[in-house]
Order: sequence, then structure tokens, then C-alpha cells
Amino acid sequence: MSLLTVDELTITFGGRGRKESRAVDGVSFEVDQGQVVGLVGESGCGKSVTSLALMGLLPHKGVTIGGRAEFDGTDLFTMSSSARRDLRGSEMAMIFQDPLSSLNPVVPIGVQVTEILERHRGLKGEAARKEAAHLLDRVGIPDPTRRLKEYPHQLSGGMRQRALIAMAVACAPRMLIADEPTTALDVTIQAQILELLKELVDQEGTALLMITHDLGVVAGLCDQVNVLYAGKTVESAGRRELFGHPTHPYAHGLLGSIPRLDAPRGEPLTPIRGSINDRIAWADGCAFAPRCDRYEMGCLTGTPQLTEPRAAGHQVRCVNPVLDDAKAEEVSA
Amino acid sequence: MSLLELDGVKVHFPIKKGVFVDRTVGHVYAVDGVSLKVEAGETYGLVGESGCGKTTLGRSVLRLVDITEGSVVLDGTDLAKLPGEEMRRFRRRLQMVFQDPLGSLNPRQNIESILSEGMVAHGIGKDQEERREKIKSILDKVGLPSNALARYPHEFSGGQRQRIGIARALVLEPDVIICDEPVSALDVSVQAQVINLLDDLQEELGLTYVVIAHDLAVVRHISDTIGVMYLGSLVEEAPSDALYAEPKHPYTKALMSAVPVPDPEVEDKRERILLTGDLPSPANPPSGCRFHTRCPWAQASRCATERPELREIGGGHRVACHFAEEIASGALELTRPTGIEAVTAGEDVVVEPTVAEAEVPSVLLPADSTTKPDAAAVKEKMPTAADAPGDRTADAAAKDSDAAAPEESGKGSGGTV
Amino acid sequence: MSVATKTDKIQRLAELAATKETSTGASLWREAFRRLKRSKMAIIGAVVIALFVVLAIVGPYIAPYSPTAQTWRNEVFPNRGEFVNMRAENWFGLDHLGRDMFSRMLVGARQTLLVGVVATLIGLVIGFVIGGLAGAFATLGGDTGRRIDSVIMRFIDIMLAMPSLLLAVSIAAVMGQSLTTVMIAVGVVQIPVFARLLRGSMLAQGSAEYVLAARSLGVRKRRIVLSQIIPNSLSPVIVQATLSLATAIIEAAALSYLGLGNPDPAIPEWGVMLTQAQRFFDNAPMMAVYPAVGIIITALGFTLLGEAMREALDPKLRG
Repeated sequence: MSLLTVDELTITFGGRGRKESRAVDGVSFEVDQGQVVGLVGESGCGKSVTSLALMGLLPHKGVTIGGRAEFDGTDLFTMSSSARRDLRGSEMAMIFQDPLSSLNPVVPIGVQVTEILERHRGLKGEAARKEAAHLLDRVGIPDPTRRLKEYPHQLSGGMRQRALIAMAVACAPRMLIADEPTTALDVTIQAQILELLKELVDQEGTALLMITHDLGVVAGLCDQVNVLYAGKTVESAGRRELFGHPTHPYAHGLLGSIPRLDAPRGEPLTPIRGSINDRIAWADGCAFAPRCDRYEMGCLTGTPQLTEPRAAGHQVRCVNPVLDDAKAEEVSA
Repeated sequence: MSLLELDGVKVHFPIKKGVFVDRTVGHVYAVDGVSLKVEAGETYGLVGESGCGKTTLGRSVLRLVDITEGSVVLDGTDLAKLPGEEMRRFRRRLQMVFQDPLGSLNPRQNIESILSEGMVAHGIGKDQEERREKIKSILDKVGLPSNALARYPHEFSGGQRQRIGIARALVLEPDVIICDEPVSALDVSVQAQVINLLDDLQEELGLTYVVIAHDLAVVRHISDTIGVMYLGSLVEEAPSDALYAEPKHPYTKALMSAVPVPDPEVEDKRERILLTGDLPSPANPPSGCRFHTRCPWAQASRCATERPELREIGGGHRVACHFAEEIASGALELTRPTGIEAVTAGEDVVVEPTVAEAEVPSVLLPADSTTKPDAAAVKEKMPTAADAPGDRTADAAAKDSDAAAPEESGKGSGGTV
Repeated sequence: MSVATKTDKIQRLAELAATKETSTGASLWREAFRRLKRSKMAIIGAVVIALFVVLAIVGPYIAPYSPTAQTWRNEVFPNRGEFVNMRAENWFGLDHLGRDMFSRMLVGARQTLLVGVVATLIGLVIGFVIGGLAGAFATLGGDTGRRIDSVIMRFIDIMLAMPSLLLAVSIAAVMGQSLTTVMIAVGVVQIPVFARLLRGSMLAQGSAEYVLAARSLGVRKRRIVLSQIIPNSLSPVIVQATLSLATAIIEAAALSYLGLGNPDPAIPEWGVMLTQAQRFFDNAPMMAVYPAVGIIITALGFTLLGEAMREALDPKLRG
């Protein structure tokens, strides 16, 4: 039994006279203790909305959530909002993309950390301050006792993200959701933060749901990867399997279109044409078809289903998946 | 002779204070002595993290910011000394593609109007009819339909907007195009389209590019020569492949090792060189080598006192490091940890001393400048605000590093000797 | 693959993609107008304003009686506290001099609108010129420009520092009592508001990347200000102008209330009517209620439209 099980999650915005738009369209995945699962996709694929829904941070008005999400056996979407609040911060915590706007600008870091310790762990006064300093030290913020008195704007971007991670892990949560935690940071700082997250998972056995657009980050960090496109999972596999044999034309195309540091200069990229706006409704066929080089008439009749055309556990939502290199391997074997 | 030559370019922004009369209380050393050459038809990539001055350097080439010192010579003309109106006319030969494809297009002008603006300013085409024909042919080159003319920027997708930005530069038929983060605002799947477009246009029109980006993988992909910047100066310059094959400067090594590669095999094998601490403020750069406060190989002898010059060390590399050869040969041992300890070990290793923070002018805090009542005025005074991290912690680190670093490296070199 | 299946594929794809609405060449102004048309607030505001304007135009022609004739002066005795309220002949009753209130309200609408519009125009035009100059100098004038800007803005700050009513009273004291005085006094008070607003908006736009782009194209500075910065800085000024119409009407009423308004009894004006009614408020409260309600509804109309415009012009809501 997994720690977090998301089953056929759908999130629809709008209604009440406004045009409805489905941001997430039947996404399923599981996260185990000590496992890192990646949700990867470009802007508008529904990855961030998924994380907000799991944390219960979506507004109640104008949003319809369907499907199930079970955390440790309890359904997140049916539990009371006060139970949800208790869960949030203590058992499940989130790290956001923009550390500055996720911290209260007029409250010192220390107070923001001790607040959480008081609310969820019942620590008071000196004990809370000590623990807060310990937490900041844990995430690599030097001179933590002094930092506790400082305001968010006095910290650098990397420090702020670390402070946010300290707050997220304050109650030793079993599940951490990180929404583009390093997108706003420089690469050398990104490397620091990623190492830190990796260490947390290794040492504390925290489950990590990593939401990102950066395939490079995923390659180094995630055990299981879900590639999202237009609100649906198009490919889901283990990290090595996915990067070794990208099978959905979208995942395949993405990997072919990003310049790699270790590729020699002048090796041409094969871009995916069009943009995310060029899509058709999933009900009519494959949303990716207008940008796909491999689409055929079958792609335009009804929603394609997740199948396992290549290997067990490697799910692909495609009528005409990329299997060529696999065939070659079979022949040579 | 090279097409574009920069010699000792410095851009220092004064930090001003005062109610009625502005007093200069200090300088932000955004660009602090950069010399480089760009050959005709090639692509020069400038890479570095935010606050390294790469954007300011790019803008100084077009004189969008004032050059404090040094010369920018394009085809024999020193732009730094051109008077205003002559510079304005000269801009036709030097164009720029901006990072934010939406923000760099006037939302209230349609595409035809945006693209003719520059032609009108330089008297290209005798009437709008002629200009429209030219615009149509350029739109075709960048892969946009000609019915785009009557439409407005918000009606296009990100990738299309960047094509408009490129078209706007191309209609003036420039010699050099400076691309400031041309793809970083775009979705991953669209980035390749724009990169390939830039490549194709270069081949077809013989353009010269200066590409400024933080993404080393992108820069490596499109550049012939790469310059790595740190805190206002070049720390290393080398041909693209040579730089990747063997980075010589410690900062380049760290930067290169931090770039994630979308391949688990590579990711699992490689060893990261993690840097301690954050970037010092360009308003208060460390003495000696700008990088010595974070350098894993920092030495007690020269690093904190003597600023290294960019020097040839063979293989096309120019490096600004006193000990580049020793590091390459393995003669030097690490003086700071580069593994996970660099991130979590706390006070023992991190050079992050305390210092009075009152001296740091608040104009340097880009993050909260948006919340200030006169944010725009602040920005105006401090054009690098977006580029400079200028956080207090970094300032503090920079300020006290002189005192802390020798002790630090002393400990390290004690181990080696 | 045969040519036929290829055509089929393309057709089917086009068919599916065709459901998406395609926009062609809608400028931001046009889109803002489209959003405005959908806003209930804007429609209510516009209807109120339209009624008011119609009233101001046709009022004098449809008024049943002369607004100045003391036709029923024998029925009203202010010193004894005898007044005439609503009745069949006089819908809104009579004022203290035996004049028909309904006719006075109808005719007074024109004056009230005139005061609001002229006062706002004075503030808008002068404020726009000052703010525009300051903004232009500050954004593209270099060091000298910034110095000129700060001189202009200190002057504006001094204007802003004076209590607006005091400023208006002093202007009225210098120029004497008249409707023109009220319009100028109310208008002058608005100058720093518009000037600051436009300058601030221009500064924000001046640091936008598209201005940098225009400079890098080699576009002349004057043209950058006129064709790039100003058109993008207008939205808040337009909203403020609409909202100012409401406050100008109220402020003009306040000045009239203090006895600085038009002393000419031949020209009824809501603010003046309100002033006159205060003396008889104990016995004839309705005399104050009609002009007061008129002013409130009109001000509300402008405020509603102004708020709706603020929402419609907000670039963040662009969709």
C-alpha cells in the first residue's frame, strides 16, 4: 500500500456561466515512502494544479475536483477541512517555486518557523526557538540563531528556499510536495537544493512528489516519472526506462529537443512544432496529435488509453508509440 | 581584426542617496573590466548566473546603459565615444533580442507597427507599402504567417512572440544581434524551435551573435566561443567544445557540474562540485580574485590579495585564475568541501560572517523593490536591479570575507604542505 | 502513405482544431471595451450617467415651470416654518421662496454636470501636461531630466500638501464668488492627482522591456514617449478621470455649501440648492433630500463606471 495514491484525479475550472476548462483529466499515480516521483510537463499541463489539489489549497468556488486521493488510507477530498489543516504541515508539506512570495514579508523567519512548531508539535518558547535554529542549521543556513531574527528580504534566494524547506520539514512530514523548487534559482544554487532534497529522502525516508518542467532535474532525482500533457499522463515509467526508451512521441520529442551539455556543438535539435495552444480536446483524440509527426487517423478518433507497449510498468498513452529502437535491440539480442 | 571588440569595459552604477541633492554613496560594479573579441559570422556565448553582469554587458554594447570606462569597437568605430544622435543611427547595425517575448513588445501596437518602428526611425523604405513588403518577407523567414501583421502581441504564443522579437531585429539588417536569454522564458518544447531558427538565420544571412544566457547547455549548443562571467568579469573563455572537454577555472568546473543532464546514466555517475554560500554583492565585491570566497581551491597566498588577469594557458583557453595549471594537474588539494557537506555543514566551513547591514543601500534589494512606492524610480537609478542579486547576506559575506578567507584557506593549505 | 489519407488526416485535424475561436487583430482597447460591455457595474453606471446627461440637455425644455419664478410665494412662510411638500402641481414641493423644486432640479442638472466636467477637465489637462513632462524627463532625460523631474514633482508635492478645501477656499476668496471660481478651485485641486498618477504610470512603463527594445531599435526619444510610453500609461488616468467626475460634483457641492458657489439665483445648481436648504432643514428636510439624492446617484454612476473601467483595463485580467 502506497503512502499517497492518486486515482483518476480530474480538476475542472469554471462553470456558472463561464466556459469550463479541465486542467487535470484523469491523472493517477502512487508515491511510496522514501520514493521520489516526478510530475513533468510544460506550462498548462496541470502539474501545479495537481499539487495544489493534493494540499487542499485550491479555492472552493469555481473548482470541481473528481477522483480520489488517499493519503495513508484516508481520502483527502472527503476529510473535514480542520483535519486537512492538521495534516497539512505535519504529515504533508509543500515547497513552492517562489520562496519570497511564500514567506510572510513582515514576519521574521524565526517566528514563521516557530509558529509551525507551536501549532503542530506543541513546542513553546525557548524549546521552539532551539528547534527552529536546529532546523535552519539542518538545511545548511549558516549562523541560524542570527538568521531567525531576520526578515525574508534579508536572505538571498537560495537561503529563502532553504528556509522554506526548513519550514516544510519542521514536523518531519512523511510526504513532501515540491512545486518547481529550483526554477527561480541559479544552477549552482539549484545543485545545492537538489542535493539537500536528495539527502532528506535518503535519510528520513520522506516521500517526495517533485513537480518540474526540467527533465535534467528529473533525471538525477526521480525514481518514477509521469509525463503530463494537456492534463493527462502520456507516459509513466521508471527513470531509467523513461530516459532510456522514451516511447510517447511527446516525451521522445522533448528529449530530442533540449540541448544537452554533453552533446557536441552543432548537433542539430529536433524541435516539436507548434505550441501547447495547438491541441485538440482529449475527447476527440490525442491532444498532442496536431504537433505530432507520427499521428495517423487512429489518433483522431476517441481518447487513446494507457497501454504497456514496451515493458511492464511502462505506461504509454499513444496509438502509434515510438518503438523503433526497442525493435533494433530485440534483433541484436 | 574582429568585428566586435570590447576592451576593458566597465559599467559602474552609482548608488545615490539624498532628498534634494543626490549624493553618490557607492557603486555597483556590474561590469568590471571585460575584454573580448567576436569574429564576424560566429556566435559568442556569454554565460553566468544572475548578478554576474552579463545582461548589463550586453546592454552596454548597445549603449543602453552608460559605459563607465573602456571601449566597444564595432567595425572600427568606438561606440563608447559616439555622441547621442550618431549612436542612435548606429544602432541599426547592432540589434537585440530580449528575454521576455511579451514584455519586450508594446502591447498596444500591432505587429506591423512594431516591425516598422525601427525602419521608420532609420528611414528604411520610402513608404509604408514598401515597408510592409519587407516585413512580410522577414515574417516568412522567421516562420510567421503574413496575416500576423494586423494582430497584437497578446494574440500569439510565447514562441511566436519571440519570433516577432527576432523579426524586429532582422528588418534593420544588422551586423550583430545580441540575444539576451532568447529562450529562457519559453516552454521546453518551443525552445528548440527558436534555437534552430537562430541557427538557420545565421547560416542564411551570415549574422554574428552574442548570446547571453544562464543555461550552459543552450549556450554550448549555439556558441563557437564561450565566455564565463562571474561577478562582473570574465573568468574563462574558450571554444565551446574545449570548454566542455576541460573547464579550467574552478567556477566553470562548478557551474558545469551543476547543470543537470536529462540522462540518468550521466546523472548517476557524475560528481557535483557544490559551492558554499551565495554570490557576493556586486556593490561590494571581494578583494583579489572575485571567486576566492567560494572557491574550493582558494589558496592563502595570492587569491585574496591579487586579482588574476585573463591569461592564455593553451588549448584556446583564457583563464583568470592564479592556479589554473596546478588545479588541472591535480597538484592542489581542495580547501573547501564540494560534496553535500558544502550545503549542510553549517558554520565550520561556510564563509558567511556577520557584519553591519545598515551600509547596504536598500536600492540593491531587487526582490522587494517591487513593493516600494517608487519602485520604478528605483529601477531607473539601478538598471541592473533585475540582474543583481544584491542581497544583504551576500553583501555581508563579501564585506568580511577578507578577514575570514585567509584563515579558511590557511587551514586548507596547511593540510597540503 | 497515400495522398488521399494524408489529405484526410489534415482535414480531420483542421476540423477538430476549428472549434477553437480564432482572434484577429483585437487591440487592447477594443478588448477592454468588450469586457466593459459584459460588466453589470459598467452598464448600471453608464445608464445612470446617460440619464443624467439627457436630463442636463433636455431639463430646461421639459421643466413644467420656470425655475426662478416665485409663483407660489404666498403659500410658503419660512419664518413661520410653513412649507409645501409634494403635491399634484409641484411633484417635489416648493422651496423657501415658493419656486417649483422639480423644475429647479431639472434645470440644475445642467449646471451640476458642467461643474463636474469642466473642473475635471481643468485638473486632467493641466495635470496631464505637468505629469507627462515630468514622466518624459524622468524616463528618458538622463541625469538632467531626472533633476528637472524632481523639481516639477517637489512643486506638485507642495500643491498636494495643501488641504484641498483650504486651497479651494483661497482660490475662491481671490477670484470672488462665481460658478467659474468653483470649477477652477475644484479643478486645481485635481491637478497634482493627475500629474502624479500619469508620471508614476509612465515611470513604470519606462522601465518596461519594450521601451528598452525601442531604444535599441534607434527610435527617437520623443517618439518613444509619445507612441510607446504614454499610450500604455493612460489606463489609470482614464479611470481616475471618471472617478474624479464624481468627487468634483461632490466637492463643488461642498464649496457651494460653504457659500462660495454661484450667488446668482437665476441659475439653480444642486450644490447651491443643498446649501440653501440647510437653513430650513428642521421644517422642510425634503428640500435638502432632493438635491442630495441627485448628487449621490450621479456620483455613484460615475464611480461605478470608473471601477468597472479599472477592472476592464487591468492588463492582468487580459484573457
